[in-house]
Amino acid sequence: MIGKKDLEHIGWLARLELSEEDKEKYAPKLNSILDYFGEIDKADTEGVEPLYHVLPMSNVFREDVPIKSLTQEEALSNAPKNQDGFIKAPRMM
Amino acid sequence: MYENPDGVMIGLEVHVQLNRLKTKVFCGCTTDYHSDPPNSHVCPVCLGLPGSLPVINKKAVEAAIKVGLALNCTVEEHTQFYRKNYYYPDLPKGFQITQYDFPISSGGYITIEGEDGEHRVGITRAHMEEDPGRLVHEGTIDKSKYTLIDYNRSGMALLEVVSEPDMRSPKEARRYLDKLRNILEYLDIFDGDLEGALRVDANISIKGGQRAEIKNISSHKGAERALLFEIVRQKNVLRRGGVVVQETRHFDEAREITLSMRSKEEAHDYRYFPEPDLVPLKISGWAPAIKATLPELPDARRLRFVEQYGIMDDHAKALTSELKFAIFYEDVAKKVDPKMAAVWVCDVLKGELNYRNLTIEAFKKEHILSVIDLLLNKKITEDGAVDIIRTLLDKGGSPFEIVKEKGLLKVEGDIVSTAAEEAIKENPRAVADYRAGKEKALNSLVGAVMKKTKGRADARTAREMLLDRLDKS
Amino acid sequence: MASINELTERIHADSSEEIVAEYLGKITKSKLNAFITVSKESALSQAQEIDAKGHDGPLAGIPIAIKDNISTKGIRTTCASRILTGYIPPYDAHVIEKLKNAGAVIIGKTNMDEFAMGSSTETSFYGPTLNPWDNTRVPGGSSGGSAAAVAGGEAPLSLGSDTGGSVRCPASFCGVVGLKPTYGVISRYGLISYANSLEQIGPFASSVRDVATLFDVIAGHDPRDSTSVKGAGNYSLALENDVKGLKIGIPEEYFGEGIDRNVEKSVRDAINTLEELGATSTEVKMPHTKYALSAYYIIAMSEASSNLARFDGMRYGLRTEDQDWHTTFSHVRAAGFGDEVKRRILLGTYALSAGYLDKYYLKALKIRTLIKQDFERTFKDVDVLIAPTMPYPAFKIGEKIDDPLSLYLADVETVPINLAGVPSLSIPCGTSGGLPIGMQVIGKHFDEAAILRTAYTFEENTDFHKTEGS
Repeated sequence: MIGKKDLEHIGWLARLELSEEDKEKYAPKLNSILDYFGEIDKADTEGVEPLYHVLPMSNVFREDVPIKSLTQEEALSNAPKNQDGFIKAPRMM
Repeated sequence: MYENPDGVMIGLEVHVQLNRLKTKVFCGCTTDYHSDPPNSHVCPVCLGLPGSLPVINKKAVEAAIKVGLALNCTVEEHTQFYRKNYYYPDLPKGFQITQYDFPISSGGYITIEGEDGEHRVGITRAHMEEDPGRLVHEGTIDKSKYTLIDYNRSGMALLEVVSEPDMRSPKEARRYLDKLRNILEYLDIFDGDLEGALRVDANISIKGGQRAEIKNISSHKGAERALLFEIVRQKNVLRRGGVVVQETRHFDEAREITLSMRSKEEAHDYRYFPEPDLVPLKISGWAPAIKATLPELPDARRLRFVEQYGIMDDHAKALTSELKFAIFYEDVAKKVDPKMAAVWVCDVLKGELNYRNLTIEAFKKEHILSVIDLLLNKKITEDGAVDIIRTLLDKGGSPFEIVKEKGLLKVEGDIVSTAAEEAIKENPRAVADYRAGKEKALNSLVGAVMKKTKGRADARTAREMLLDRLDKS
Repeated sequence: MASINELTERIHADSSEEIVAEYLGKITKSKLNAFITVSKESALSQAQEIDAKGHDGPLAGIPIAIKDNISTKGIRTTCASRILTGYIPPYDAHVIEKLKNAGAVIIGKTNMDEFAMGSSTETSFYGPTLNPWDNTRVPGGSSGGSAAAVAGGEAPLSLGSDTGGSVRCPASFCGVVGLKPTYGVISRYGLISYANSLEQIGPFASSVRDVATLFDVIAGHDPRDSTSVKGAGNYSLALENDVKGLKIGIPEEYFGEGIDRNVEKSVRDAINTLEELGATSTEVKMPHTKYALSAYYIIAMSEASSNLARFDGMRYGLRTEDQDWHTTFSHVRAAGFGDEVKRRILLGTYALSAGYLDKYYLKALKIRTLIKQDFERTFKDVDVLIAPTMPYPAFKIGEKIDDPLSLYLADVETVPINLAGVPSLSIPCGTSGGLPIGMQVIGKHFDEAAILRTAYTFEENTDFHKTEGS
């Protein structure tokens, strides 16, 4: 069960601000979904390896050869705020 | 046997930037951004644009294997990349691609000169990851009104070398760092002089306490200082009956202290999981071929120098502790007496360079060969040789010009002899003092001889001549 | 609905510009809300250029609509989310490069569930898309705009993406053909990730032939996608009107509880039709199917929680008023993401967090292994599997939106395919109450040829694909 406190913690981990109203609204739905997910406990996975990649691929590389980068203008073109070629973020503290 | 009275245990995590590669680790952006404008070496991948995907640079993997082997690690059969999820403005995707459960190499060691002789520091693992961008703050991080981000560094290949907590003093930690850097330079995968090339996090605990992790250490000296401070701090906490808690601390380089970073942000939960956009690597088979191409490493070269050139182990150690020096020395030693070369390269030149904060590139091999040549032919004195080296470093020119300009050619014996006789006559008081047993009085007489010969006399010859005359009369 | 061949003839007779203008006109007049962005100017100028210089590509001058989670250089790409407000990619996705090389004209970006999270195209920040067959119903999702555009005659071809059924579901609800290829056959470079290990871009068209032609254009190895495979084939060659000797598997778990009776009947009738044409069928068991839905959602949400971490308003997209960095980050995301996206980020974060990783994420990946083994085992005996695409026809707009779990349950037939990475194609096979029914033909890894041939033969011998909506 996800309680309000858990939801706050998960919200912080996900950097998703949740209002009191959000928390009230989300908790029951999230819990009913988690209840459903609980079904998988019944599956017998003893000795079964997790499948990370559906195709058995390995060793995919690129050579150490440069490509054309974006121009500074292109790199900054979508940034809501920039200054002197830097992307501008809010203060840290 | 070193007793380690405080039970100090230090482990280091060193982030090495593989800056000799042409391109970044997961995209084809070039790595030579150091003097370029911000955000001019970026592409959709290293800028974290939606829809972009990483592809591993093969050369970066080879470099990582090289380092693993040089640190006596085993290259793992199966290795893969993970996402480490956390948020910081320098991290364009909101996660860092790194390694977790299956690092590329593990289980090695580095041998350092420890508190009680040769000491082995275990290497837990050396794993690959990507570098975040660079943040610029106006003033300090806590006061700055905004944060400026340059992603040129984002996606540079990093190798994180994690040691066991095997170091027992800050001095050992520093030696470990020196040695690691030394090995990395030999491998030619890394230019340690570039900004941000080597960054250190340190874990330290003392008997009776938990370990603290110190972040933001950017130099070997800084590491030693931070650890010294931290030992004192932890001892004080325990002495006052307090508890040393496990925490992350920030090294304030200017004040040489560590500060607690306890905050909500510290409650990290990185939610590691395998990077679905990259497939696993099965590259242990590459190890033998790469091992065959490993260059001679510092320890091996040191032994060879002692054997091949008959120089002292101390000299060999000092000469091999920096690759460029070792190469410089070896080139010189092939042309002149290797022992004499060791003295002049190691004892004199290295000291003068260090004093001026210069690297060996500031001095030409032909110049040290000329200086040694002049000495061997007894054309100049040892003091004159030192003078030439200093002048070359400070003003430039060539040894012969300097000899000419400064009149450093060694003067003939009879001139020194005359000067010695005059000095004795003109300084009766010093003579009397010397005879009365004040050995130091001799120095002022030597000084007088040097003054008369305008420094061109060999000091040792002057001293001998003075003694000869003083004892006779 | 015009085919590629018909359009090509018309382009030769008239011009690409005329064709493109005609489709643009239909879009403008439409109520379906199938498009988020119509790239009128660039489309017309591209068509004019093709008319002027000529082009020998397989799609020369043919209009195409692109799901709005595929990056298009110079055309805004929103993922139907407020958080990507103003984002104009500085690069083209691999498939867009391929389409441009083939001469296709991009007429616009289609509506979708926000970040492809949904099965109804109702979670779009830009409002829902309407089903052309019944405007009170959903077109399916998440590629609802792409399917509705083809079904409504607003584009002859379109691209979608399929993470857990997002091509097949709207193909089924809108009565068009949609293909989810084998994982790795089409490069994901430029596709804005929802769940990387599951999704593929896929083509929509009104016929199997056109799907195959479009698939030929966009498939193929791309060195920028590490999961992209080499050696994609010439799929159009597979289009033979012949299923003699074809072994069809009927997975009993896909015909179980919750399947609409008309849907089941249509699909079983379709199998009978194929048998009359020379195929044989056999019931098969895929015992782990019952765990697929949970495993799918856990994996998809976990990957999504990480994929969507980059949307912080710094380099692109929505930016709220600056406070300290972590607060601004949380505010941007609170304002930028819709409810369903937030729910999935929260659940994915939870499933990966300390203490729950083994219970959810790792357990789901182990189930994924079992499901893949179900398919491998089954495909030893049969060439293709046939099952309903969706358990029921298109539902009403608003009917399920407040009950996320019931909406998830609609994906029960489609998600196992993504977990196993096998290809599957949805093709119309009947109607129920005036709404189309889709059946999916599922193949072995890289055996798109078998499912295209099966679907093509069915299409050539039936009339369902010719039925049109409003």
